[in-house]
Amino acid sequence: MRLTRRRGSLSAVAATLAGVLALATACGGNDDSKSGASGAPAPPEKVTLTVDTFGEFGYDQLYKQYMAAHPNVTVKQRKVSTLDDYRPRLQQWMATGSGAGDVVALEEGILPLYMQQASKFVNLFDYGARSLQSNFLPWKWQMGMTPNGQQLVGLGTDIGPLGLCYRTDLFKKAGLPTARDEVSKLWPTWDAFFTTGQKFMAKVPKTKWLDGPTAILRTTVLQNAGAGPGYSFFDKNNNLVFETNPTVKQAFDTTLKFEQAKMTSDMAIFTPPWQTALKRDTFATLPCPSWMLGGIEQFSGSFGKGKWDVAAVPGNSGYWGGSWLAVPKQSKHPKEAAELAKFLTSPQGQVGAFKDKNTFPSSPQAEQDPAVSGAKSAYFNDAPTGQIFGTMAAQVKPVYLGPKHEDVRAAAENVLIAVGQGKVKPNEAWSKAVEAVKKAAR
Amino acid sequence: MVDLRPVRPDAEPAAPPPDHRHAKRRSRLARLDMKLSPYLFISPFYVVFLIFGAFPLVFTLWVSLYNWGLASGTREFVGLENFRFLVSDADFWHSVVNTFGIFFLSTVPQLLIALLIANTLSRRMRAATMFRIGMVVPLVTSTAAVAIVFTQLFDRDFGMINWLLDLVGVNPIDWQVSRGWSWVALATMVNWRWTGYNALIYLAAMQAIPKDLYEAAAIDGASRIKQFWRITVPMLQPTIIFTVIISTIGGMQLFVEPVLFGTGTPNRMDGGAVHQFQTVTMYMFDNAFIHDRYGYGATIAWAVFVLIIIFSLLNFLAIRRAGGAK
Repeated sequence: MRLTRRRGSLSAVAATLAGVLALATACGGNDDSKSGASGAPAPPEKVTLTVDTFGEFGYDQLYKQYMAAHPNVTVKQRKVSTLDDYRPRLQQWMATGSGAGDVVALEEGILPLYMQQASKFVNLFDYGARSLQSNFLPWKWQMGMTPNGQQLVGLGTDIGPLGLCYRTDLFKKAGLPTARDEVSKLWPTWDAFFTTGQKFMAKVPKTKWLDGPTAILRTTVLQNAGAGPGYSFFDKNNNLVFETNPTVKQAFDTTLKFEQAKMTSDMAIFTPPWQTALKRDTFATLPCPSWMLGGIEQFSGSFGKGKWDVAAVPGNSGYWGGSWLAVPKQSKHPKEAAELAKFLTSPQGQVGAFKDKNTFPSSPQAEQDPAVSGAKSAYFNDAPTGQIFGTMAAQVKPVYLGPKHEDVRAAAENVLIAVGQGKVKPNEAWSKAVEAVKKAAR
Repeated sequence: MVDLRPVRPDAEPAAPPPDHRHAKRRSRLARLDMKLSPYLFISPFYVVFLIFGAFPLVFTLWVSLYNWGLASGTREFVGLENFRFLVSDADFWHSVVNTFGIFFLSTVPQLLIALLIANTLSRRMRAATMFRIGMVVPLVTSTAAVAIVFTQLFDRDFGMINWLLDLVGVNPIDWQVSRGWSWVALATMVNWRWTGYNALIYLAAMQAIPKDLYEAAAIDGASRIKQFWRITVPMLQPTIIFTVIISTIGGMQLFVEPVLFGTGTPNRMDGGAVHQFQTVTMYMFDNAFIHDRYGYGATIAWAVFVLIIIFSLLNFLAIRRAGGAK
């Protein structure tokens, strides 16, 4: 299960929106001539490659396969259980210029930061990665590139397409439909989701509509910015435009509505109260990235058996979480490391990882593999999760993220949570958020 | 300072006869041995201190002069700009107030209770050893475990404390949201863990107070309470100063408990949505490692260092005066 992955219960339950310049990727100049590497015969020298990951990437079998196919290569994996433990280690390695593995995982929350020192990473375009573009969802591919499109820092691994988990038994109690297709139709937009929630809470007043506000802000920002200017808190020159970007205000107000109406339990995912709440009728819906299913199954356990199902998320697109593989320049074997990264992120590599640990692939080819597209979740009433998540991921529009995106998002979320806690007045929320965000973006 | 440089070879030309020169060198070596050896013998501590104490201190100061980001790779010299910003940084002072608030709520009751417990335990009683050892048992548990368990006890919806309050008809308290109550909850964790430790230290010190003082006082008709305040407390004064300073240092560095207590926000270092229980060390970590402001984090670290020194000195003076000065 990917629980340990938990996007940083500590740090921001990390993660972000999407993006990178909507630049045509083709205009980056063709370096493919340099890239004979992939076809070159394996050098005779023995090479040991270290791979740094956190949580579960599902690579154990893939390493074995790779070593069998490349007898001169030994893959050594260094797993850290949580992103929170991984983050400072990576920071030290990159800052001091030694210690990092030959291949390192970059989570979406930290990728924009490392994009600022792209020069510390190998340009994967130099190792024949340019031809791999069609192997990835467009937004995932773009996020791995520097904004000018000259350097490919990371190759996409998994993503966390967003669905919405809901409690069929509670929906029934409130007189709402329970079949997932009908439920998805209840909320084509966030406004519809809000009114449905009000109806629900009028019938079942002791249960909140949602677990917390985090996912609403995250998803609405991504959806609005993707449909609009293609950037959210920061413009493409990294100027803070939180205050002036209408799509941000819109997303903020949408979330604020839920908090003001006290429709969320103001809980953060994977915290002990949240875990307990899953065994009660505390809330009826829960934004569900693909990796959340395992968490619900674990914590809702026998109590929630047969009670959960997955529908589409309002607005019909979204993701939460996901990583890239990059090769630091400090690696002594950049060529071999790049080959390994390419193998692990290839469609068949991603299918392998999905089979092992349910990490949802960022490659459309992998998503079409029957192992993924046909995936169903027994705990969730046999929901065709492969299909639902595939649809949600395909509709994501790229959004550019500034290096301080995470800091700004957490600051804005705090204000919204404080509204729910009664510590900030709703009519002051926006000005408080603007103030907090300016500090965070410093 | 210790001069660890190798002894320079004699620069004089080889003019004097060899044996004469040997003797001269030997006497010089002997003198050197006399002067240098003691320093060499104590040097291990200082070498370790230099590497792990002094160097980080100076390095942090150096880092604090930069706008430095570990992950972003920025590094530009800004002089005292970080310190200038710190002085007017409302969030920093907010966290200082939090830290002191939690400190007072934990240290004052903790040391008073420890004194009383120690006084009780110093009397002759049955199974004294068992009680004395039982006192320090909380220390065995890891801070993280204490924090996790107490955080669950103080939970808003499912916590035992709110359940008990409910039983006696008191409205549930949102321990994490209210600034004052969150301090109380955190102080409770600290007190639970450290009261026994301080009591043991006081107990040891009490054992060293000559018994004839009490006997004389008893003959003069002093009550137990009077004996405690007039004999025990003054005699314990150096020990009390020690525990106060140790508690001050611990209190200023409070970190694990509030970090694990913060379960409602995306970033645990925030100490609640409006930073209601963000301590100064959390603010430091948050800046240095979460918000990628390594330089500013170093500035905060220095500010904490200075605050601890000032506050320890104030405490020292206050306690010395309260104890009636010797």
